[in-house]
Formats: sequence, C-alpha cells, structure tokens
Amino acid sequence: MKVLFNKARRLAGMTGLIFALSSGAAVAATPKDALVVGWQFDDIITLDTAEVFEFSGAEITGNTYDRLIGYDPEDVSKIFGVAAESWTVSDDGKTFTFKMRKGIKFASGNEMTAEDAAFSLQRAIVLNKSPAFILSQFGFSADNVKDMIKAVDADTLTITTDKAYAPTFVLYCLTATIASIVDKTEVMKHEVDGDMGFAWLRTNYAGSGPYKIEQWKPSEIVVLSANKDYWGGAPAMKNIFIRHIGESSVQQLLLEKGDIDIARNLETEQLKSVDGNKDIKLLKKGKGSLYYLSMNLKDPILAKPQVQEALKYLVDYKGLEDTVWAGRGQVQQAFLPKGFLGALEEQPFSLNVEKAKGLLAEAGYPDGFEIEMIVRNAPIRIDTAKSMQTTFAKAGIKVKLIPMDGKQVLTVYRARKHQLFFGAWGPDYQDPHTNADTFAKNLDNGDNAKSKPVAWRNAYAPEQMTKDTLAAVLESDAGKRAKMYLAIQKAHQQQAPFAFIMQEQEVAGLRANVEGYVLGPSFDSNSYKDVVKK
Amino acid sequence: MTTPTTKGGFLAVFFSTFYSKRAKPLIHFLSMLIMTFIGLLMLTFVIGRMMPTDPVIAVIGDKAPEELYEKTYKEMGLDKPIVVQFVYYLGGVLQGDLGTSVRTANLVTEDILNYFPATLELATLATIFGVLLGVPIGVLAAVKQNKWPDYLVRFFGLIGHSAPIFWLAMMGIVLFYQHLDWVAAPEGRLSVMYEYTLPKVTNMVLIDTMLAGDWDAFKDAFAHIILPASLLSYYSIAYLSRMTRSFMLDQLKQEYVITARVKGVSETAIIWRHALGNAWVPLITVIALTYATLLEGSVLTEIVFSWPGLGRYITDGLLAADMNAVLGGTIVVGLVFILLNLTSDLLYKVFDPRAR
Amino acid sequence: MTELKSWLLAENPDSRAQASLGRAYLGWRRFFCNPLAMIGFVIVTALLLMAIFAPYIAPEGITSGLTGAELKEHRFQPPSAEHWFGTDGQANDIFSRIVMGSRITLIIVGIVIFTAPILGFIIGTVSGYFGGWIDVVLMRITDVFLAFPKLVLALALAAALGRGLESAIFAIAITSWPAYARLARAETLTIRKTDYLAAARLQGAGHWRLISGHIMPLCLSSLIVRVTLDMAGIILTAAGLGFLGLGAQPPTPEWGAMIAEGRDYILSYWWLATFPGLAIFVVALGFNFLGDGLRDVLDPKSGGQH
Repeated sequence: MKVLFNKARRLAGMTGLIFALSSGAAVAATPKDALVVGWQFDDIITLDTAEVFEFSGAEITGNTYDRLIGYDPEDVSKIFGVAAESWTVSDDGKTFTFKMRKGIKFASGNEMTAEDAAFSLQRAIVLNKSPAFILSQFGFSADNVKDMIKAVDADTLTITTDKAYAPTFVLYCLTATIASIVDKTEVMKHEVDGDMGFAWLRTNYAGSGPYKIEQWKPSEIVVLSANKDYWGGAPAMKNIFIRHIGESSVQQLLLEKGDIDIARNLETEQLKSVDGNKDIKLLKKGKGSLYYLSMNLKDPILAKPQVQEALKYLVDYKGLEDTVWAGRGQVQQAFLPKGFLGALEEQPFSLNVEKAKGLLAEAGYPDGFEIEMIVRNAPIRIDTAKSMQTTFAKAGIKVKLIPMDGKQVLTVYRARKHQLFFGAWGPDYQDPHTNADTFAKNLDNGDNAKSKPVAWRNAYAPEQMTKDTLAAVLESDAGKRAKMYLAIQKAHQQQAPFAFIMQEQEVAGLRANVEGYVLGPSFDSNSYKDVVKK
Repeated sequence: MTTPTTKGGFLAVFFSTFYSKRAKPLIHFLSMLIMTFIGLLMLTFVIGRMMPTDPVIAVIGDKAPEELYEKTYKEMGLDKPIVVQFVYYLGGVLQGDLGTSVRTANLVTEDILNYFPATLELATLATIFGVLLGVPIGVLAAVKQNKWPDYLVRFFGLIGHSAPIFWLAMMGIVLFYQHLDWVAAPEGRLSVMYEYTLPKVTNMVLIDTMLAGDWDAFKDAFAHIILPASLLSYYSIAYLSRMTRSFMLDQLKQEYVITARVKGVSETAIIWRHALGNAWVPLITVIALTYATLLEGSVLTEIVFSWPGLGRYITDGLLAADMNAVLGGTIVVGLVFILLNLTSDLLYKVFDPRAR
Repeated sequence: MTELKSWLLAENPDSRAQASLGRAYLGWRRFFCNPLAMIGFVIVTALLLMAIFAPYIAPEGITSGLTGAELKEHRFQPPSAEHWFGTDGQANDIFSRIVMGSRITLIIVGIVIFTAPILGFIIGTVSGYFGGWIDVVLMRITDVFLAFPKLVLALALAAALGRGLESAIFAIAITSWPAYARLARAETLTIRKTDYLAAARLQGAGHWRLISGHIMPLCLSSLIVRVTLDMAGIILTAAGLGFLGLGAQPPTPEWGAMIAEGRDYILSYWWLATFPGLAIFVVALGFNFLGDGLRDVLDPKSGGQH
C-alpha cells in the first residue's frame, strides 16, 4: 500500500516536472519588430502573379508586387499611379499611355523599366492561366499581345484595346493581381522549356513591393520581410509571419494570449466574445463578396417564376443580419455590392411566409416540395443554410442540406447538377462589369457552351439583359453607365433565379498595440505596409 | 495470450504462421509485400477516381474559361482510360516519382520528407510515454490481481479506449493552454520565430533544436509536443498496461516463479527481474504494433493541434482533390505499417527463447 | 431455490441440458459479480431505452424552428432548468438533440455489427477452410485493407460516396471487416484438423454444410466477444467522421458533428461541445465495460483471469 503510494507520488512528480519544463516557453509575446498573423490560407496554390486567383494568394502578392496603378481602399473611385507615375487615354479611347515611375528597384537589385511592365502583361496573356481573362477581355491574345502592349522606351508603356471600353473598366482591370509587374531579367533567368519562368515563379519571388516573400510552406507559414529599398519608404515591421491556423477558435485563443498580433478568421460569436477585451480591437471593412442563393432552372419546380419569387420571400434577411452575420455582413439584394459604381441598394424582399405560401399555391405547390441545397462546409455558410432550412419549412418546403468541400460544390455547380446552391461570389476587379458579366450575361445556354458564367450554371439566359450588359461596358460616361447598371439590376432582382442575401464585411481582431493595418475592399488591397507596433 | 485488439496483431500472427512454414521466408515475404502494396495502390487510385471532386478545378480554380479547362483536362491525362492512368502512375512510383501535389505545388516526395517526420516524432514520443507508464502499471495490476489497484488499472484502461481523442484534445487545450498556461498554443510544432529560423536537418524539431544547441527552441518545441503526445499516449498506456498485465499473469503462474519463491528469492526480484524479463518478449511485439497504430492513428490529433503531420497531409489532400498527395501519403503509411509488423515479428523471433 | 442452484452446479450433470444451463448460470453469476460489467450493462440498457423512447424524453425535438428576434433571444443559452444542456446557434435544445442522437448512434452501431462481422466471418472461414489459392487471394485482399490507414480509408470512402449517414456507415463497415476475417480464419485453421471435423466429413457432409454447420458455430463465441469490444471503437470512428463533417448532415443530431459545431464556440459557449463529447464517452465506456465483462464470461482463458 505504502509502496504504491510512493510510486504514485513519484509519478505525479514526474508529470509535474514535464509540465514545469514546458511551461517556461508557453508564455511568449510576439517580437516588437515582427508581426504575427493567424489566418486560413490553405487556398494558396501558387505565387506566380499570372496564376494567382485565390483570396489569400492575392493578398500576399498584393503586398509584395507593384502594379501600374492602384486605388484608394477607402474610396475606390480614386485611382492613382503606383509603378506608373501618370497616364493618358487617346481620343479614340483605345490607347492608354503610361509614364513609369523612376527609381523602383526589384528585390534582385534590377531597376524597373517599361519593358518589365510590358513583359509582365504579355506573359500573363501567353501563359493563359485562370485569371488571364481579366486582361484578355480587351482583345489581347498570345498572337497579338506583343503589338497591343509594348514598351515604347524605358519609361513609356502603351496598351491598345480592341474597342473603346469605359476607361475605368480598363484601369480597374490593371489594378488586379494579374497585372502585377515581375522582374523580367530574374524571371527569364529561370526559364525552362520556354515556360517564361512559370515553374520557378510558382514558389519563388521576383517583385518590388513593400515586402518580399521569404518563404511559403503551404497550409503552414508565409514569411515576408521588409523591402528596405522600397520606393515608398521601408516598412516598419522587419518581418511578417503569417501562420495558417485552420480553427477560428484557436485563432481567438492565440489572439487573447498575445501569441499572434492579428487574427483574420474570427467567427461571429468569437467577435462577440473578444469585443469587451481591452487588449483587442476589431477592424472592419465591407468587402465586395456577395452571398446568394441560386436556383437551377433545369429543375422543373424551380423553373416556375412564382416558386423563385416565393423563395426570395422565405429568407430571413433581417434575422440573419442580426444573428449569424452580426457584425460580419449587411443585407444586399442586388448583384452589385455596395460601393461599386451603380450598385442598387433597394431591398424589396423580407421574410413573408404568407406571401410565399400564396405564390407557391399559384405555382401549384400549396403544400411545398422537397429540394436539395448544396453548400460549402464553412461555419457561416452552413449556419445561413440552416436558417433557410428552418424558414423554408414554414412554407412546407423541405430542404435537404448537402454540405460539401469547396471544390466539390464547384464541381457540381459547374456541371449544373444542383437544385439550390448557396454560395459566394467575389468580384475580380473593382468595375461593375465583373459581376454583370457573370450574373446577367449568358451568350450560349447549351451544355457545351464556351463560357460558363454563373447565369449559365443556373441555366438562366436573359437575352435583353445580355445585350444591356454588353452595351454598358462600352459606355464611357460614368453617370450614364451607372444608370444602365441600375436598370439591369432592377430587372435582375425581380426576374432572375438568384436571391442575393448578404454582402460580407471582413473583420480582423488586432492586439491593441497594432496600428496601420489596412483592410481594403478586396483581398489584394489588404495592406501590411504601414503596420507599426506601439 | 489475450486476443490482440489491434488489427496489427492479426497481421503479425498471420505473418508468423504463414512464412515459418516456408523454406524461403524472405522471398515469400517480399512477394507478399509487393502484392499487398500494389493492391493498396489500386484501392487508393480507385477511391481517388470515385471522389466527386473534379481534379481539374483543383488545379485551375472555378473561374477559368472553358478552353483552359479542356486543355488542363488533357494535360492531366484524364481523357485516358483509368487503367492506362493507373499504369502511368505505377510506372512513376517504380521510378520514385510520386508526382506533384496540386495543393502545395511541391513534389510529393519532398512533401512527405517534410510531413512524415512530424508524425514520426509525435508517435515516437507517445510510444515512449506509453512504455514508461503503461508497463509499470501493468505489472502493478498483475501483482495486485483482483485487488483494487488491478480494478483501477483496468478502469483507467477502458476509459482510455472510450473517450473521443478529438474531444479530449479540445478539452485539454482549454484546460492546459487557456486556463493553466502549462503548454504552448495548438499552432503546430514551434512558435513562429523558431519555425522560420531553425535549421531543418531531420525535420523532427526536438532533434533539430538539440542539434542546433538552441535550448530555448527545444523548450518551445517541447511545450508544443507535450500535450498532443500525452493525449495520444493515453491510448498506448491503456493498451500496453492491459497487455503487460496479461503477460505478467502468464509468467507468474509458471513453475520457475514457484521454484524461485521456494528458493527464497525476493518478491521484487521475481517480479521485476524474472517475470518481467520473460514477459518482455511478447511485449516487444505489442509495442511495435502500438507504434504502428499511433503512426496511422494520429490524424484527428494532428487536425486539432494544427500539427503538420502526414495524417493531416493526406486528409487535406483528400478534401482538396489532390490525388497525388493522397496516394503518396497512403503508400508511405501503408508501407511503414507493413514494415513495423515485419520488424515486430522478427524481434519476436530473435528474443523468444523457444524460437532460438 | 438452493435445490435449483445445486442442480445447476452439479458436478456430474445428468443431461446435456443440465450441463449447458449450469454453464450459463455460472457465466451469468460471474457477469453479475463484475461491477464494471454491470455498470456497462446499465449504461447500454439506458441507451437502448433512451433511443426507443427518445421522442417522449426529448422535450423540444431536434430543431427549435425559431427565426428573427425570437431566435436571437434563445440562441446560445447556457444550461438551465429549462434547457438542461443549454441551446446552440439555432436555439435548438442540446439535451433534446443528444437524446434524439442516441438513435443515430444505435443505427450506426447496429448496422455495422450486423454487416462487417458477418462479411469478415464468411471470408475468414472460407479462406481458412479451403486454403490454397482461395486463401491466398482472400488474405491478400484482407491485407490490403489492413495496411490502409483505417480512419483515412473511412474518410476517403465517406468523401467519395458523398457526405451522409449511409456513406459513413458503409465506410465504417468496409474498414472493420478485415479484422473479423483474420479472427475467423485463425479459429478455422485450428478446428479444421480436428478429428471431430474429419468424422463429419466422413459422414459425407459437403463443404458448405461443414462450414455453416460445424465451423461457424465454434468460432461464434470469440466473435461475439470481439464485436462487443469493437462497438466502442465503431462509435468513436463514427464520431470522428462526424467531427470531420463526413457523417450525418444537419440538422441530424449526430454527436460527433455536434462536437464539431461546438468547436468554434468552445471558448465562449463551452456546453456546445462538452455534452455531446460526454455522451459519446459514457456510451463508449458502457460498451467497453460490457464487452470486458462478456469476455470474462465467454472467453475465460483471457482478460480478467478470475
């Protein structure tokens, strides 16, 4: 008995020792000259700016590369020069001439010239990766791009489009990640079999931004280091360590403990619970991402206009804004997010079960029906879908929720094999065309169509709206153009098989001593450049 | 001997019964290994093709135009019959080429060299804990058979087999990290500063920090690994204590024990030197099998602790339709599992006096 | 009473019936003297009763159906007299969900234990009985499944078949059978050479008659012990799949999925993950205790060593 007791004591002593040894290292604040960020960035699959099309990848390259021009994150209508000092548009509206800024150096030490800018844009067209359409929609192709985009001399770049587009449309597209300027000499040094350095740049860096990419370990860590020679002045933080932390509750924990300086993926309830903490502050910014419910017209039930309208009246917009989306989103019921040119802000729909029941009876479904909804397996999306499951049930519609992984949802969606889809759309650039192009335009509704915009994925093919969308992009007067988009959205809001529900607001939790972090309207405009620690 | 409750036990029993009858056990074993291996590959490959995720979308994303989709589809060889695809893949594997991961843009072989050591480190530590604690309490239970220490050990063991590890891990994090501050954050293997600066030699951070002579980093690594390893070891402690108890009871019934008692050998010596000395032989087999189980069974622990191990690599790959990663990872885990079984079996043969 | 007892425990039973009844009585007594086994028995019985009468026990069903302001007021309520285990983000009563969820757990366990062991059993006995190339082929297939990391295989299968309870059950069954096949094969090998079987064969019994009439019944007791011990493992695997989002889908109250939901709120609303976790733990423990006790009764040469 006594022996046993002694043994137990020895055991306890050993365990205590183990923990004592470990406890010393457990409490560690982050260093003064480095910023530690907790973020879910498992979507990054490449660092090549000609290929980057993921939210996280766009943010990393946004902080490490320069583009010709940029916009003010607080007011996107203010466009200014970055790598280009100034620009002019020709009278016919087709030729853009950029004067390059002097004294910009790449990480390799090479000086940036117009040749680098021309090369970067040409390279994006020739490589023709996923985001290439952002540039190629102006009539560039691998065959003609060398003539359409060229360096006249070391300081001058000209870009010639095939038609006279709204100038802001062209300019906004040049602020996108794909228009980032890469170091031609450095990239071509690593060319293999004529790939323009693609294999190399996917995991390496050749830019001139305020930060340099030191290391990227997928789903683990991204390390940025300050570019001391940055033309806009060296940033204060020597290093930025961005750590992949998949669990939002763990991000909260680390932030509260001071193990990270910024938590990027806090869920609604976590925001509530850190709100009262004096060591933590919240930074909020309306993003362009819209969350919507779409109905596949290939389904005979959903093809009925009354059913579509009924579903729009069965979403608890207000309730969602107050609960699941509290602090993280605002109701938006049109296809353009607030802040975009011509965004429609009217909200004609609210939860109205009686009205919906009437519409369903008219459509021939007085007792409702059973239907499947696919949704990506992420907390806020599932919670929103669950709320719809509850409200739809009030009108007799039994929703079977099918949560899937992101890419799996897209596989089904792209093949038009869903009934209901709940998901998000993020604009590719800051011009209204990006959303009109996908929601209101469908040139070919056949199964083997060349282009498969979101309208196509729901078998929605509005002829007039398609024409209007194509016309709006050529209107150079901003006021007239805004009116055109308002008209398209109004018609779309009533007729289209889409219920737009929420516009996302990004929220980051920051330690109280962190200042200067900027959240922009898109991910590539989230900026670490001015971060300081008090 | 108790019916082994790990599936590995059966494999070991099978191996031993099967190839001891043969004249050329090694050749036979190798042929068996290769057949199993190819079967494993085929199974993984088929499941991979069954996945309802379009691998092309995994590469080019959702918004890519149709022509790019077609091009990538052909480039990935998806237009060929599945048998042809499998033969191509098998050809690659034989040349040590596991392909490139879609998710990480790295060679799968490189990724495995990165991720596997993390799992190895975790499972090894958990096994060490398991042996250090499980064997003594198993002996205790055998000595005090049917008295309360015995019941306590059994009770404790059954609890170890009943709690969902991911839940235990979550509770552990709340208690030991959030409230008590005894361990480091569930953020991976090292604090972020060390993660970047530590020179990676073996990719096992406890060893790498020691090699670098950086004791602060070692402490940091230890603070990160202690909780997941302890939780994982609970399973092995529970299992090993149970098996030790059973082996010890077998030994304590033997005649030599009675003889020794008659000769006046002290009880301590009988238990620790004689009985345990003999019980070690079957125990080694069990330990090797526990190790194998932990190596492949740490998936959920790795997920909760953001541990960059092979289990998480396979799981993440699976969800991202990254089939090369899944196939590569599975091959390694399967191979390790088979090899550990072989090793345990060989050890048994070397140490077992009857086998000599 | 004492007479009956002495009859049951007679050293030289007069009939076969008396002998087997006597054995059963002994086993029964051993089982009831084992406190852990009794606790397990009580837990499992309670689980069964809970599942059968779930709709009567659960006060609020699996969903609250609340929207708007009402939802805002009633969500994330801590445990109270009204909601014993609190409420979740949809204002659903967690106690009710756990009670209803016991049915899901039982369905999973029930289907798996009536498929995997039987499949494994058939493959194992056939393999052991015939030997030769049949044995080689069947055992190679078994090896492949054994060498595959179990949870990863279940995960891959569940993901490939699409998320849902059916896929999860199928995946667990597919990953469980090889162990039973091994067990059955090993037992068959020991029986195959016995005189008793040779005698049956001489009487002209066919292969299938021998396997189903003579070999299978002899392997049955060790199989039952094994299955009972595995039930806890099945529950834990199912919970793991649910935790990874691959089991039953919302609003089905699968316990593992409920823990996953609560994971995001573990710091703010501890009750979301704690209670489903406890439920899994208690039930798994119950099955483990029961299995342990059964092993002592049916397979006295191992385990408890009473």
